Amino acid sequence: MKKNQKIALWGLSIIIIATFSFGGFIYFKHQSEKKIILATTTSTYDSGLLDYLLPVFEEQNGITVEILSVGTGQALSIGQSGDADVLLVHARTREDEFIANEYGIHRTCVMYNDFILVGPSSNPAHIQNQNLTTALNNLISAGENGTISFYSRGDGSGTHSKELALWDSVGFTPNAFNMTWYKETGASMGSTLIITNENQGYTLIDRGTWLATKATVDLVVVHEGDPILLNPYGAILINPEIHSGINFEMAREFVAFLVSEQGQTLINEYKVNGEQLFHADFGNCDKLTGCSTTSTEIEYWTNYNGNFTGFD
Amino acid sequence: MEILPVSIKMNPILVGFSEAFNLLFSFDEEIWSIIFLSFQVSGIATLISVIFALPLGSYMGLQEFRWKKTISTIINTCMGFPTVVLGLIVFLLLSKSGPLGNLALLYSPVAMIIAQILLTFPIILGTTKAAVESVSSSVKELLLSLGSTRFQLWKSLLLESRKSTISGVIMAFGRAISEVGAVMIVGGNIRWYTRTFTTAIIMQTRMGDFGMAIALGMILLLLTFIINIFLTHLQTEEA
Repeated sequence: MKKNQKIALWGLSIIIIATFSFGGFIYFKHQSEKKIILATTTSTYDSGLLDYLLPVFEEQNGITVEILSVGTGQALSIGQSGDADVLLVHARTREDEFIANEYGIHRTCVMYNDFILVGPSSNPAHIQNQNLTTALNNLISAGENGTISFYSRGDGSGTHSKELALWDSVGFTPNAFNMTWYKETGASMGSTLIITNENQGYTLIDRGTWLATKATVDLVVVHEGDPILLNPYGAILINPEIHSGINFEMAREFVAFLVSEQGQTLINEYKVNGEQLFHADFGNCDKLTGCSTTSTEIEYWTNYNGNFTGFD
Repeated sequence: MEILPVSIKMNPILVGFSEAFNLLFSFDEEIWSIIFLSFQVSGIATLISVIFALPLGSYMGLQEFRWKKTISTIINTCMGFPTVVLGLIVFLLLSKSGPLGNLALLYSPVAMIIAQILLTFPIILGTTKAAVESVSSSVKELLLSLGSTRFQLWKSLLLESRKSTISGVIMAFGRAISEVGAVMIVGGNIRWYTRTFTTAIIMQTRMGDFGMAIALGMILLLLTFIINIFLTHLQTEEA
């Protein structure tokens, strides 16, 4: 064997050994026996909330939370196949369906933020902060005139569900096949915002992702504040009886943490560029997001969580 | 007002370059865990594929047997298999509602290695087979007439064809390390656990953190380049 081939072999061996030992070291350092898988929406992860919240929980309970950051639709199907222990999602009707089918055994309201309509600063659709119906109708007529494009998530996510519900409320059925102004990106919120920005179109976005990423785009908020645009997030415990190996007790500890006074305060305190992204609403759910179960909720979670009764 | 959009468009690239250097040399623990995981997963997958595909591929190149053409066609098809489809297959197998759900391997590095073995194995198998076949038959006859045993013949042919064989290994490793569909589906991009270069770049891009995404891309290229320096030396003969 030639000399420089020997060197090459040695070099390769050193790279392989170094990779395995260093990698193994970091890997085991971050592993613990106790871990749960949380399937959640891109908005809670990409906005940085979970990276802010979870270290506190992991420290206190010694449980590692592994995050699958996907759309609500995918999170629900991951939960349905038993590949996650707990969900944190935002599509109320589908969450209720999920519980009704007994894939999940309990849904808890945790927090909310709201959706906003964003578009180019020149605002060719002339949307002001008028009422939502007028705003949507302006969008539709501007789209049909060919002056604007609207970018839909088109991926079955919570935001997509909300958007379809909004169109439905003004009696409009979008169809990406024969409406050239209505485009489905099939991508996450962040990617959809980037696509919208590049083409200077309009899109519906949750405020968390918007505040976290607005510095990188050249778009402005054109409509906000309608009560219909509220965006409630719910935590769902996966039914341990359908699939084996669900870490139910640890998942319950995690949700108990989210709705504890500490967890709720942390959610309210999380700010990006000085702006609050999520509003805790446990114990106040029925007023804000249509849960009818405030008292039973508190009763359910007090067993795990002292006497916290939520914020007023 | 006119200058602003240009600076917005220019910034991420410049920021990316400086961020890449900062990240590499500040020994940021998270970056290094991503680097090690990527190379571990793709390295182990390629290594396991080499262990099984080299003997099998050279045997197939050496020997005549029934259905050889059909099997060759199947291998050639698998060499171009879309990685997302591989990811989907492994996902469905390992999911709790799938046949191997009890192993609880989904969303772990092991699942990623399995997917990448399925990706790299046909590539190494196919290139090894073609490489051994391409050694001219006169060499084979010469070796046999010199009284080589079957095993010695196999060894010499493998050595003789190592240029193309190593190309196959480089190609397989390159496809594995740059692959994103399968590791995203079966790994889930979990921080500190299954986040690789490619899944991290997707995530950073959608979070609007282009600097970080460019930095990761540059580091990936740089490190693959270093590994290929060694592999290329192994491949080329000294003049």
